[in-house]
Amino acid sequence: MTASWLRRLEWFQRDPRGKWVGLALAVIGLAVLPFALEASVGRTWVRIIDLALLYAMLALGLNIVVGFAGLLDLGYIAFYAVGAYVYALLASPHFGIHLPWWILLPMGAVLAAFFGVVLGAPTLRLRGDYLAIVTLGFGEIIRIFLNNLNAPINITNGPQGVNMIDPIAVNGVSFAKTNMLLGISFPGTHLHYYLLLLLTALVVFVCLRLEDSRIGRAWAAVREDEIAAQAMGINTRNVKLLAFAMGASFGGVAGGLFSSLQGFVSPESFALWESITVLCMVVLGGMGHVAGVVLGALLLATLPELLRHTAAPVQQQLFGKVILDPESLRMLLFGLALILVMLLRPAGLWPSPTRRRELTSARAPGTV
Amino acid sequence: MALLEARNIRKSFGGLLALSEVSLTIETGEIYGLIGPNGAGKTTLFNVLTGLYKPDFGAVVFNGNDLTGRKPNLIADAGIARTFQNIRLFANMAAVENVMVGRHLRTRAGPLGAVLRDKTTMAEEADIRRRAHELLEYVGVVRHAEALAKNLAYGDQRRLEIARALATDPKLLALDEPAAGMNPTETASLRALLEQIRADGITILLIEHDVKLVMGLCNRVAVLDYGKKIAEGAPAEVQRNPVVIEAYLGGALP
Repeated sequence: MTASWLRRLEWFQRDPRGKWVGLALAVIGLAVLPFALEASVGRTWVRIIDLALLYAMLALGLNIVVGFAGLLDLGYIAFYAVGAYVYALLASPHFGIHLPWWILLPMGAVLAAFFGVVLGAPTLRLRGDYLAIVTLGFGEIIRIFLNNLNAPINITNGPQGVNMIDPIAVNGVSFAKTNMLLGISFPGTHLHYYLLLLLTALVVFVCLRLEDSRIGRAWAAVREDEIAAQAMGINTRNVKLLAFAMGASFGGVAGGLFSSLQGFVSPESFALWESITVLCMVVLGGMGHVAGVVLGALLLATLPELLRHTAAPVQQQLFGKVILDPESLRMLLFGLALILVMLLRPAGLWPSPTRRRELTSARAPGTV
Repeated sequence: MALLEARNIRKSFGGLLALSEVSLTIETGEIYGLIGPNGAGKTTLFNVLTGLYKPDFGAVVFNGNDLTGRKPNLIADAGIARTFQNIRLFANMAAVENVMVGRHLRTRAGPLGAVLRDKTTMAEEADIRRRAHELLEYVGVVRHAEALAKNLAYGDQRRLEIARALATDPKLLALDEPAAGMNPTETASLRALLEQIRADGITILLIEHDVKLVMGLCNRVAVLDYGKKIAEGAPAEVQRNPVVIEAYLGGALP
């Protein structure tokens, strides 16, 4: 029984047809996932997966800056905020402007990339801790601006945030309500899920291609030894700015999607804690490894929700009362998980093959 | 024709005058040695020539262009490639990737090409990889092409650094103590490699402590002591120069 299963697994990996079959199965699985979730655990979970995919995009963007180019950025959420507010201000009754999403998402990406360069330019000489502090400050500056730009001219509507943001609509099909398509009813959460899945797949594709390219090698060189990289003719300024811009643009797109998904944004959503969370996803998953980063984002975005839904009932059943409220338990377990991962798997849960070699073997096979 | 001309270079760090009015001329096709006791200012001069330091005074002219105070990447672009005294490889990249980074300067693909993988980009990428393998073969570490740079043996790391520098298509290869820490066998094979590079038409600037290597290999030698050039000329002449002997061994007792 086991042997036949193993053989089948091998066939999947070796035979090119097996690869296609595997891919087809994965696509079908991902396509029916929202319906399966809704049927088994409720629509809330489709929404949680939507948010998890948003976080995956954010983590992938941050991974370009932190994982590929080795620049520690603690203010990454600012670019998410830029994308979110671009969408919110230009597709809501706040200014009475209602631009379509396919203009606003690229616009958010471009503006976030611009801010990435604006942040990157003055920090080019900084490294490590110093860079982290400056980027942290930048993230807070953006948030505080959003919080206070309601006077003398009301631009951002301050702490109240922007409300009634237009949902994404494709061909007149609004993502805010349930639609009948081909005889199947698709709730808005499901439609968002498909869009987010598509865009996340696109971001993964772009990241993988960038990593294995002339640009990706230049980023890695800057990460490994900036002085040597420059001595080898790499324009470290441009290469670092490119990393900031690319990473920020993914954050900008994710921000726009966040706006349309929520229908409401306020500065509160872009606090320092969010930057830290995204950084944790990158580090926990496996810095520099695209698949690991996605795993990290999905885990850290869904596990707290799982806890929220199970902690209270489980305690009720075990002790007859709720001893620790789920929210404080969440932080407790989060911290514990971080410590354990750093102790047991310092390269992350799913590190890249090179990274693993780096930390485990003193000498790679084949060398003398 | 002079390939590189350094004129009256002065560099001080705080109160310490590391280089005072040092001038030297390197001719195309030669191996030019730079020797001197520890702390004489050899590496400082090296860093000025390759753009890591800006000189306080003086000029660096390379191939007819004034390179004084230019950034290291522009100097590499102009045709000076270097290695480092304390090896500075990209430790966690494969050996072949290290050399591929060296090709960055002579290739063009941007992020769009990287994502789309159009024909031009793919051709360029294949070319980068092929050239990197050629250079690994050339310096003799091709069998470790896929190993992480930091896992290579010490001597191989030195050779890998040379391959990475050669990948930038330099006119002048500047080597900072390439034989440091090598045993006599490794030094002998390094010497053969440097002779091969010279024969292939690349000029070499060599800082070295191994006197035997310098004397056997270099066409001309300059001696630095306390930031000043105290002698220059053919190795045999310099070796007999009483000022040089005094700098290395100290003067006669009064």
